Amino acid sequence: MSADAYVVIEHLRGQVTDISYVMLAAARELVRDSGGKVVAILLGHKARELSTDLSADEVLYVDHPDLKDFIPDAYQAVLVGLIKEHQPRAVLMGNTSIGADIAGALSVTLDLPLVSSCRQLTSDGKFVCQICGGKILAEGALPEPASLVTMTPGVHKAENGRATTPPTVTDAQAPSLEGLRTQLRKYIEPEAADVDISKESLLIAVGRGIQNQDNIALAEELAKAMGGTVCGSRPVVDQGWLATSRLVGKSGKHVKPKVYLALGISGAPEHAEAIVDSDVIIAVNTDPAAPIFDFAKYGAEVDMFDVLPPLTEQVKQAKG
Amino acid sequence: MNIAVLAKLVPDLVEELSIDASGAKLDTSFARLIVNEFDDHAIEEGILLKERFDGQVTILAPDDEGIDDVLFTAAAKGADRLLKLKGISAMETSSHALARAYADVVLELKPDLVLAGVQAHNDLDGSVGSLLAGMLNLPYVGYVSGISMQDGQAALRKEYPAGLIAELQVTPPAVLGIQAAEQPPRYVAVSKVRQAMKSISIEERTVAPTESPAVPHIGRMFKPEAAQHAIMLAGAPDEIAGKLVKIFKEIGVI
Amino acid sequence: MNSTSMMPKQEYYDAMLHAVQKGERLRLCLECGTCSGICPFGHVMVYPPSRLIAMLRADRFEKVLKTDALWMCVSCYACTAFCPSQIPLTAGLMARTKEELLLAGNVPAELQDALANSQRYGNALGESPRKRADWIGGITPEVKVMAKAKEPVDVLWFVGDYASYHPRVRSTSRAFATILNLLGVSFGILGPEESSDGDSQRLAGERGLFEMLAEKNGKAFGKYEFGSIITTDPHAYNALKNEYPSLGVTYPVQHYTEFLADRLDQLRPMLKREVKAKVVYHDACYLGRVNGIFEQPRALLQAIPGLELTEMAHNHSNSLCCGGGGGGMWLDGFQWEKVHVRLSDLRVQEAVAANAGTLAVACPYETPRFEDAAKTVPGASGLCVKDIAEILVEAVDSEGGQK
Repeated sequence: MSADAYVVIEHLRGQVTDISYVMLAAARELVRDSGGKVVAILLGHKARELSTDLSADEVLYVDHPDLKDFIPDAYQAVLVGLIKEHQPRAVLMGNTSIGADIAGALSVTLDLPLVSSCRQLTSDGKFVCQICGGKILAEGALPEPASLVTMTPGVHKAENGRATTPPTVTDAQAPSLEGLRTQLRKYIEPEAADVDISKESLLIAVGRGIQNQDNIALAEELAKAMGGTVCGSRPVVDQGWLATSRLVGKSGKHVKPKVYLALGISGAPEHAEAIVDSDVIIAVNTDPAAPIFDFAKYGAEVDMFDVLPPLTEQVKQAKG
Repeated sequence: MNIAVLAKLVPDLVEELSIDASGAKLDTSFARLIVNEFDDHAIEEGILLKERFDGQVTILAPDDEGIDDVLFTAAAKGADRLLKLKGISAMETSSHALARAYADVVLELKPDLVLAGVQAHNDLDGSVGSLLAGMLNLPYVGYVSGISMQDGQAALRKEYPAGLIAELQVTPPAVLGIQAAEQPPRYVAVSKVRQAMKSISIEERTVAPTESPAVPHIGRMFKPEAAQHAIMLAGAPDEIAGKLVKIFKEIGVI
Repeated sequence: MNSTSMMPKQEYYDAMLHAVQKGERLRLCLECGTCSGICPFGHVMVYPPSRLIAMLRADRFEKVLKTDALWMCVSCYACTAFCPSQIPLTAGLMARTKEELLLAGNVPAELQDALANSQRYGNALGESPRKRADWIGGITPEVKVMAKAKEPVDVLWFVGDYASYHPRVRSTSRAFATILNLLGVSFGILGPEESSDGDSQRLAGERGLFEMLAEKNGKAFGKYEFGSIITTDPHAYNALKNEYPSLGVTYPVQHYTEFLADRLDQLRPMLKREVKAKVVYHDACYLGRVNGIFEQPRALLQAIPGLELTEMAHNHSNSLCCGGGGGGMWLDGFQWEKVHVRLSDLRVQEAVAANAGTLAVACPYETPRFEDAAKTVPGASGLCVKDIAEILVEAVDSEGGQK
């Protein structure tokens, strides 16, 4: 029985995912007052170097050819052994296509409580979960003596989980991984053809207010300066000023970017429903009664053609 | 092939949600219930598998107000058996307890595949499918968006972030957490559902839910602070531009 | 299949003959082609009405079920209105064919959502039914919601989906409430107990859903005491007047333009302010062509001082559909992909050609559709789109005016 917080590191195609760093930051917070250690569990094959920037007191590395890619059964088999052996206070997994695949079985096999969809852990042993599409938060005491947690981004920042000096890496033995009933055949990479706006994190959206095709170039310039992607509402796409793949709306794509900058978009229901999952919506519209101002976080009652040039310029300056 | 699909109702987010007097639970008297979107996809995927590979589809669900309509709609789409678990309500039960209630019934059905929605938005202790797999010692793969049967193996498409897909192979029997069916859940005309109500009946099993200590205790439920109207940025265009740049920096996009 | 006989396959043909009252008039089709010619989308429908009948007669209806072009039909009723054999084409042939398409799973996703929403939430927009009366906030005297008021009223106002929820159309509702208050009418609304009238869903092929919604509304009506129903929605008007009675829900019903035209003597003295505008009135399909209400809306407009009423090229019974009815509102993206033209754009072009400053309407689908069109149609940037109720309120002396 220890006060340590274990973090199951997630990696795909040779890259550690963002949520792993978020979890390391959460783990750090959880053990802050208890004196426990943050231990990262890294499972893989010839993947030791993925540990270099993990902000952990120790990395337990298990190497096995069958761990080269994520296979739920394989990860479960290894983790059951490690958790039984070390009995940490908490085991953090991502609420992702990796973590959520294994958390359930681990909870049942180890008979440990499971807290899912957790966005925050505190140093006094509390958890805060986000449920119902983010509309409800549920808080409680992280069950003792040990709990499993699946985490979502929200409160803890990835940069607090990154280390500048590599942590200590300890090798741990993998159990026999015979008789796995799941196998990886291959990966299919996403098409490089055109952008999938539903997966983009910075969107600059244009509506009727853009008025004609030539003006789209203004939005494109800002997008380029910011590293974002241009998309649009129905009338813009209907006119052929933007490709159908860029359509945001009821009959187009639903998007969930970090920032949705809406230029000349009124925010009619058909469009609104497709953008409400954005982290921050910023609306620029000359109509103060535009519905978008009722659900955007920030707004500016100004002509987009007046604000685009100075904005693009200032963004370029800020980025250096 | 024999397919079991787990379906349950969840609070409909179109309505305002409210917390009950205890301050630690959703007020279920006020909530409108709707089928879990991912379970709806699981039903669709089950029907698609039946259409392609022949077999029987059984839908299992706990007893909540409005579940009958979901079950009959599934029957109108092509489901063969409808099984309602009486004595257990999705709204009042943890995922662990629900999985345990399913376990015996599912064993009895001897399915090749068990399909469940990969998650439900009100889950607090994990997803029912992944827990059931653990209880029955069956392999589990979640975030599945495509299934095909090949030589007795289930070939799966598993979704990862940023559009990456993994093709996996699982030996049945297995539990799969469905992210999306291969086509959106089909529309069924109201007249067809009404027909189904007359031609098929819902079988019932009574279960006594047992709460598991593996479920976290919620001390408090609350709503995050809601912003009403947008914070309006004022000034001349280039002043507004400056304020926007500041916001972008704060968020971390530049 | 009968290879030697020329008789149509009984199954589909019979269904069509019995789809609606007078459906057997289908036998009298002359294949004159008037229907397909007058259909606004006949040229892309692949099987416009006359061709559809030919396919039925030739026992090749299954071929029709494989195309999706039939979803171009906006149920504008032009075919029915001009058919020399008086075949109930829109309500019978077209709606029944769409029903077959639905059963075959051949239905555009947009429409699916609207139908699923109608079933779940009682409105096609997918909004919470509890919020259906939220638009009444701030109106004095307060609009009575029957469940809360618990008293009889003279007139029950059936508001409708878009008029309850759509931001633009809510202004029309508020304007009409203002007029009713000015006239001292005793009225109430069902609010959260009101469900979609179901008429557009019926025309889009969902007969079962229509009946379900009619039953629900019938039950709600039955709870309260009132003399008659009025509605600001021509589709609701059509449903309540022509379709609900056969389901056992029968009430006297008027469209608001009829109701106000009846009270013009009382209303006229209140219209003191000049509204200097050149106005064209768009005859809504289900008000005009289907139900013969042409003059009452015009009478109201002509009672407004300073207002010059003129006509667009297509008016009265050959009015051009706005494209919203019969499911068209929920097939916008689909129809755009096929023709790259919106009927509402064509109509706005006519308003511009008539040199009108204001396009007056009396149907909730039209205000948002025409305003959207006016933003992109050349020459229409100055065109105002207003419901007659809104123009009437503008004309009311500010002393008597309400918020």
